[in-house]
Amino acid sequence: MSDAMPRKVLLLGSGGLRIGQAGEFDYSGSQALKALRAEGVATVLVNPNIATVQTSAGMADRLYLHPVDAETVARVIAAEGPDGLLLGFGGQTALNVGMELADQGVLARFGVRVLGTPIEAIKDTEDRQRFVARLAEIDVATARSRACATLTEAADAADEIGYPVMLRSAYSLGGQGSGVAHDRPELERIARRALAQAPQILIEEYLGGWKEVEYEVVRDAHDNCIAVCNMENLDPMGIHTGESIVVAPSQTLSNADYHMLREVALRTIRHLGIVGECNIQYALDPHSAEYRVIEVNARLSRSSALASKATGYPLAAVAAHLALGRSLASLPNAVTGCTVAFFEPALDYVVVKVPRWDLERFRGISTRIGSEMMSVGEVMAIGRSFEEALQKALRMISTGMHGLVLNRLHFDDLRTELAEPTHRRVFAVGEAFAQGMTVDAVHELTRIDRWFLHRMAEIVETMRALTAGGRPTGSGTVQPESASRGSHSERSAAPAPVPDAALLRRAKELGFSDFQIGKATGIAMERIREIRQAAGIVPVIKQIDTLAAEYPAVTNYLYMTYGGSASDVEARAGAVMVLGGGPYRIGSSVEFDWCCVHAVEAARRAGYLTVMVNCNPETVSTDYDICDRLYFDELTLERALDIYEFENPEGVIVSMGGQVPNTLAPRLDRCGARILGTSAHNIDRAEDRNKFSSLLDELEIDQPAWCEARSIEEARTFAAQAGYPVMIRPSYVLSGAAMAVVYDAASLGAYLTRATDVNPATPVVVSKFIENAKEIEFDGVAREGEILLYAIGEHVENAGVHSGDATVVIPPQRMYVETARRVKQAARRIAGALEITGPFNIQFIAQENRLKVIECNLRASRTFPFASKVLKHDFIELATRAILGEPTERIEGTSLDLDRVGVKAAQFSFARLKGADPTMGVAMASTGEVGCLGLEMEEALLSALRAVGLRLGEKTALVSTGPPATKAAFLPVVLKLQRMGYRFFATSGTARFLRSNGIAAETLRWPLEGKTPNCTDYIRDGRIGLVINIPKSNEEEELSNDYLIRRLAIDHHVPLLTNLRLTERLVEALENTDFDDLPVREWSEV
Amino acid sequence: MPRTLPEVPVHSAPARGILELEGGESFPGTFFGGVHACHGEVVFNTGMVGYVESLTDPSYRGQILTLTYPLIGNYGVASFAPTSSCFQSDGIQVRALIVSSYTETHSHRDGELSLGDWLRAEGIVGLAGVDTRELTRLLRNRGTMLGRIRITDARPGLVDDAGVARHAITAAACEHRSAIPDPNATHLVAEVSTRDVRYDPHPAAEDEDPARNTACLPGPHIVVVDCGCKRSILRELRERGCRLTIVPHDHDLCAIPCDGMLLSNGPGDPVLCEATVRQVAARLAEVERLDVDDRPPLAGICLGNQLLARAAGARTYKLPYGHRGQNQPVRRIGSQRCYITSQNHGYAVDGDSLPEGWEVWYENLNDGTVEGIRHSRLPFFAVQFHPEGAPGPLDARDFFDAFLSAARRAQQRRQSTGAGAAGAAAGSAAGSEALREAARP
Repeated sequence: MSDAMPRKVLLLGSGGLRIGQAGEFDYSGSQALKALRAEGVATVLVNPNIATVQTSAGMADRLYLHPVDAETVARVIAAEGPDGLLLGFGGQTALNVGMELADQGVLARFGVRVLGTPIEAIKDTEDRQRFVARLAEIDVATARSRACATLTEAADAADEIGYPVMLRSAYSLGGQGSGVAHDRPELERIARRALAQAPQILIEEYLGGWKEVEYEVVRDAHDNCIAVCNMENLDPMGIHTGESIVVAPSQTLSNADYHMLREVALRTIRHLGIVGECNIQYALDPHSAEYRVIEVNARLSRSSALASKATGYPLAAVAAHLALGRSLASLPNAVTGCTVAFFEPALDYVVVKVPRWDLERFRGISTRIGSEMMSVGEVMAIGRSFEEALQKALRMISTGMHGLVLNRLHFDDLRTELAEPTHRRVFAVGEAFAQGMTVDAVHELTRIDRWFLHRMAEIVETMRALTAGGRPTGSGTVQPESASRGSHSERSAAPAPVPDAALLRRAKELGFSDFQIGKATGIAMERIREIRQAAGIVPVIKQIDTLAAEYPAVTNYLYMTYGGSASDVEARAGAVMVLGGGPYRIGSSVEFDWCCVHAVEAARRAGYLTVMVNCNPETVSTDYDICDRLYFDELTLERALDIYEFENPEGVIVSMGGQVPNTLAPRLDRCGARILGTSAHNIDRAEDRNKFSSLLDELEIDQPAWCEARSIEEARTFAAQAGYPVMIRPSYVLSGAAMAVVYDAASLGAYLTRATDVNPATPVVVSKFIENAKEIEFDGVAREGEILLYAIGEHVENAGVHSGDATVVIPPQRMYVETARRVKQAARRIAGALEITGPFNIQFIAQENRLKVIECNLRASRTFPFASKVLKHDFIELATRAILGEPTERIEGTSLDLDRVGVKAAQFSFARLKGADPTMGVAMASTGEVGCLGLEMEEALLSALRAVGLRLGEKTALVSTGPPATKAAFLPVVLKLQRMGYRFFATSGTARFLRSNGIAAETLRWPLEGKTPNCTDYIRDGRIGLVINIPKSNEEEELSNDYLIRRLAIDHHVPLLTNLRLTERLVEALENTDFDDLPVREWSEV
Repeated sequence: MPRTLPEVPVHSAPARGILELEGGESFPGTFFGGVHACHGEVVFNTGMVGYVESLTDPSYRGQILTLTYPLIGNYGVASFAPTSSCFQSDGIQVRALIVSSYTETHSHRDGELSLGDWLRAEGIVGLAGVDTRELTRLLRNRGTMLGRIRITDARPGLVDDAGVARHAITAAACEHRSAIPDPNATHLVAEVSTRDVRYDPHPAAEDEDPARNTACLPGPHIVVVDCGCKRSILRELRERGCRLTIVPHDHDLCAIPCDGMLLSNGPGDPVLCEATVRQVAARLAEVERLDVDDRPPLAGICLGNQLLARAAGARTYKLPYGHRGQNQPVRRIGSQRCYITSQNHGYAVDGDSLPEGWEVWYENLNDGTVEGIRHSRLPFFAVQFHPEGAPGPLDARDFFDAFLSAARRAQQRRQSTGAGAAGAAAGSAAGSEALREAARP
């Protein structure tokens, strides 16, 4: 490259995690920052995602926790004067902002050069017409398609191509606004929604049933190209790749297929002039060698993160070096240490990715999966057989499944489940074979390639052999793993026939867990473990070395498998094992990865060897340069013990990866593993409601009245005593799954019939729900019961909004000093009583200074990275040192006395979750978060809301006052908005209320009334700039009209406010601060 | 190639066998193809696709091939056709195939029969259930080893079925592991080379004089020295309009009328190919004596590279465990241009031994070994890798373009001067500079 090495490079992040754009960009941005540092280039990062590793101190030279939008980034450019810009590491967000800045002339004005793939090449891949034309120049086939800007054009295009057709929207992330239309009405429905979100949509030939294959390709500025990885979707075309089970490398492609597509990929990337990394997606006809290029992503992507972890090839780091003009041959292969980065990894294992969905949390949502992405995370499993990797992956997704078979699942209509896929389809395939369906029959319904189906049928066959050889399980009902301990003793009373060693080995090779084998044979899983260990059936450890053992590797990247006879590595004494958080999901996300990475780094600095266990390809904790040994493997008791027994470490840290490792702690302890930090006994005392409640009573700390109800009657009796509303939740709760507030006996009964399904082995906890109370977060680090560091955070919303969805302020701005003192005192007593060593989090509610504890976790919480970055003290580093017994110091009184304010806001993905009601409640619904700092609360709040996508356009608001109690509080908000120049629309009741208070409001009809002027039309036609819709109550039937309004707002990208407190604070802030002129402040300077 | 399956006794479970290495290690497994004892040189290939191409590659003659990718057989085997792009010769060339996990239930539109059925039909051993990564690590650390496969199953009826006659020698010869015969000590090239001169396209019956045949077709005439030539090499030449004359490995290479000559790939140690090396050396001298404009190119692939080097006077040596895979990075010396290449060789050219006038053309980015040589003035050049892929990438296919453009110039020169019927064809004013340009795409 003729251009000189840049001096200072600006890197754009992707913001809050949301569906379609998640943790993979923390991985890619972090690697890029490290690569730039290694090249001696100064770095500036803009990313409001405070929970990411890339926004940690020491990653970028200059850090802006600010929104990634053109206006804000332009300010940062003006302030920092970078001469280079990297757009490929922050997802679609960064790419779009980069194109906007280029079009606006900002880059030219400030002399900023886009590094790597040039803007014109990006546009070639983003603008569909240009894309098709460019590929046609080199005889590369694309799906027949037409770009359309109007409904009429779309209908004409569909007629021309012929139904069914595929609709896609240009410039979108994760296939948003796409779908299959079988006829004209369906086309119009999808097209209308898509056109509301993007100026251009595409009507394409439908390729349902074709194989979907992806290649990750890399090109340097000297025109050298490599295909780092190819991947095949188990689910054929029609299901978004983010929703598909994906296998690497491809399994059903012959040499000719593989290399034809590879050659097309290289030809394409050369022609487009990509410099760095890009992803190319194909549809491949299973009946001929016909292919279509579906799309090219000229940036790092979810697939590239997966490819990187699947092969061990550090794609993001390499892409960053290439953007600086380096050649592939000049970069070392960091995995082998003795070869170069110009090569194509050879895998000697199989990788299976399975998406993680959280659809059950949302009311009204369709669980059908298709061309739009709805999954919130993913896992990656590695095995020496497809069956092993698949069953591992299905356990890793942490939804209570034990593998492909022997799960507690019921399908009402198996054929429909197969033909019209939901998130449970893979299990339906297993069930179909168990019920005797043939591979051909399942293929007819699913179009899944027979190769995959044969493998799954093999798993079912082996299950049958196990069942036949052992004792039948009787009811067929499988208890969750956590509940199986109870039945252990009864079962082992009568000796069960032992499956023969060959069958046992075969089952393990096919990925069966001890639990599954136990279930099939009627023998307790603990006994299965003993039997197979005695028979020498133990997993071996293999390296991911990028070259299939052709060269010796220095890699630390490992997995366990039964598909081998010898291990590649030997145990090393003195290591510390850290359990990661598993897949990103609602309630457990990148924040725990941040905690794990910081824990590992702290342990390494303290001189320990570190062993990391995690299974999430989107994470930094699974990067090649983080720990001394990485086990990319399951976070189950069985596998954690396998690793523990092999490595024999000093101990295990379970408090960093969120609830998954925390839940494992007592069982690991019982199996003899040494838990570091707070003892397993005390973790159990905090997790077990009864024990914790007694402890609080002893400590004279108040808590809301509660009871553990084993029947609906018990729950009703309690609720009648305590008074409604009450909150219901299962024990061992994770972020509000199946939590709800009910307001009367009828809905209590109705809810319990539904929710007890969640976990029948554990009773339901019913507690008094306190309305209009303030919620407070306490994050602390303690050592042997003494608090070393803490932060107090205040929720903007009242209690009742899950802490993951709430807007949190550190330090508290509107809290009584008295309350703060009581919080501190209560925390101190709890820390002392539980002899906490390590991180912990307590949630309080306060009403008129009366404090009640609602939750206590003896582990790092979601807000640890936020607290660390606002206080500028690394909570995890300190916690890790405490856990390891290294010298620590107490850090005094920094929490309340700060010159800055941090605001954490939730990032929702409602636009992706078709039909979901976009409200906030006790069950968490957000997929990510951002955190912004300011000199004032208002500045930080506006920045944070801007960062999660709030845009204020036309000054017209459609308002709904909410329940009568909030009407009075609502009035000042409306008056302030009126002073700002807002005009109001409202449905009849609210309009009357506003007019009676002297505020002009135009009446609109309810959506379901069908009459004009109607809310629906006004929102759809873009005449409403803001929707304020405060839910009246949780009663579903009453919600339908309001629900429709909220949904319309989301689907048409109109800002929506549903919480009165947040609305109040926002409107106040807007009154004093210009939303479009927010200052940018570098992190170290605020 | 037999397409009907032999009657094989059906067993409730696959027969058990074991791979034993001369170093003393052993790997138990189960048979999935032919069931009989055999022996050979144990090598590994890291490609993730392309087992049909590899199994039929004559360069694997005498070898027991281990595939590091664990799932093999997924897409079955296409029905045999000489024109099919996957078959590199008429049958399976390896002595045995070793895999981690064998897939009988294959799935591909072209998959006619399973890999196991094909191996059985061809009488070739398949052994599955082996920790191929561990085996590979062993070969990598200690170098390629000889090995034998034995039946360990005591069940009656499990005798050497297809292999009794063919490999009867095995059992006796391998009584002790140290006595496993080294296939590289035999002249493997002689086993796989064509016995007769063949023409492609075949001349019409009434027009069997190859010289006349040559004259009446438009493309350049290329002589391929068949040391075990892969079909894909011929296909590359044919696709470029060449008329081919395929000659045996020990054919007299002087006084052949042609516009270019290609030394093919092949099995074993180049040291044993004395006859070919002598012929090539004579040919080099003959071409050098021609007028600078009249020199037709002489190129080589894989073994052809080693033979060219030896003919020039350089040395070859055995690599510890060879290069076999589809991801081998090479760089053209003196440039930034790199290629991902398909490779399959156990021997290499010693670059330091190249005589005056010769230079290393390509090098391997991983271990620095010689990946190609060329003459600095004369149109002689060769690559160690496989530009024809099959299996593997075709990124370096411009090798054939370079060869062809030199051959076409030679052809034009010959046609314009009327030369070439008896002696070597003349070229245009190409010279080595032009050739070098051509070789630099």
